Amino acid sequence: MELAAAKMIGAGLACFALAGAGIGIGLVFGSYLQGALRNPGAAASQTANMFLGFALCEATGLFGLVVAFMILFM
Amino acid sequence: MAMNPMEQFEVRPIVPLHIGPYDLSFTNQSLFMCLVVAVVTLFLTLAMSRRRLVPSRTQSMAEISYEFVANMIHSTMGEDGLVFFPFVFAIFMFVLLSNFLGLLPGAFTVTSQIAVTFALASVVILTMVITGFIKHGVRFLTLFVPKAPWYLLLLLVPIEIISFLTRPVSLSVRLFANMLAGHTLLAVFAGFVILLGAAGGVLSVISIAPMLLIVAIFALEMLVAFLQAYVFAILTCIYLNEALHLHDQH
Repeated sequence: MELAAAKMIGAGLACFALAGAGIGIGLVFGSYLQGALRNPGAAASQTANMFLGFALCEATGLFGLVVAFMILFM
Repeated sequence: MAMNPMEQFEVRPIVPLHIGPYDLSFTNQSLFMCLVVAVVTLFLTLAMSRRRLVPSRTQSMAEISYEFVANMIHSTMGEDGLVFFPFVFAIFMFVLLSNFLGLLPGAFTVTSQIAVTFALASVVILTMVITGFIKHGVRFLTLFVPKAPWYLLLLLVPIEIISFLTRPVSLSVRLFANMLAGHTLLAVFAGFVILLGAAGGVLSVISIAPMLLIVAIFALEMLVAFLQAYVFAILTCIYLNEALHLHDQH
């Protein structure tokens, strides 16, 4: 196979990182809502933690983007 | 119409300067870093120049940012972590302002360069290591030895060391990748709008849809810009807390 084509395929495969990020973000917000609806009083104090979890999850997916760029441009 | 979404991240020299083998040119990157520092300094000094007991709007913005970081340090490091307040506050304001200034159309995003974020992350990790060794001496190395039976330690110690070594990488790549991905996404969608709009007929009408999407993504990007500054600052706090208190909580 040609190197350029292999690079493109590899970069495309790196998009699978998005699956993990999607599951993670879904879990973060889902669990937050579950907890918040059970105990609305404690919800406000945990929004910062929720956004921290969201940002950490999202970043994991973006590592896939970095891998894709490394494959394409290095 | 060829549009390269990566073009916005190009570092261009404004004042070329070469000393020996080193390229020390004043680039658009340096310009925006100076701009960020100037904006932060001016904002904080001007906002607090006319202090009043009942704060004006600008004064309360400065106070909110102060209290935000102070609370963050208090909840993660406890009382004795406040010696690090200037350090964490400077990092937080720098990252926050460079993220937000980068969102302005035509601006250069300082934090979308891995060189900048990795330098910031290395400073954080070096501060942590130096503080740890000053405060605890050799006992700082017990950071890598969690409380566990000895046969688990054979596995856990290498894991702890690897996770420590990846910290500067993950800290810097997280911020850099978020900024890079967000701005690339905006540029790609903007390209859709232009291509569709120029196509004429029904397609020009359809181009409103990606246009609206850009507005939504831009709102998300503003959230991300703040969140990444917050995450960077709070992870700095968590790492420094480990240097201050090793494994025991504050």
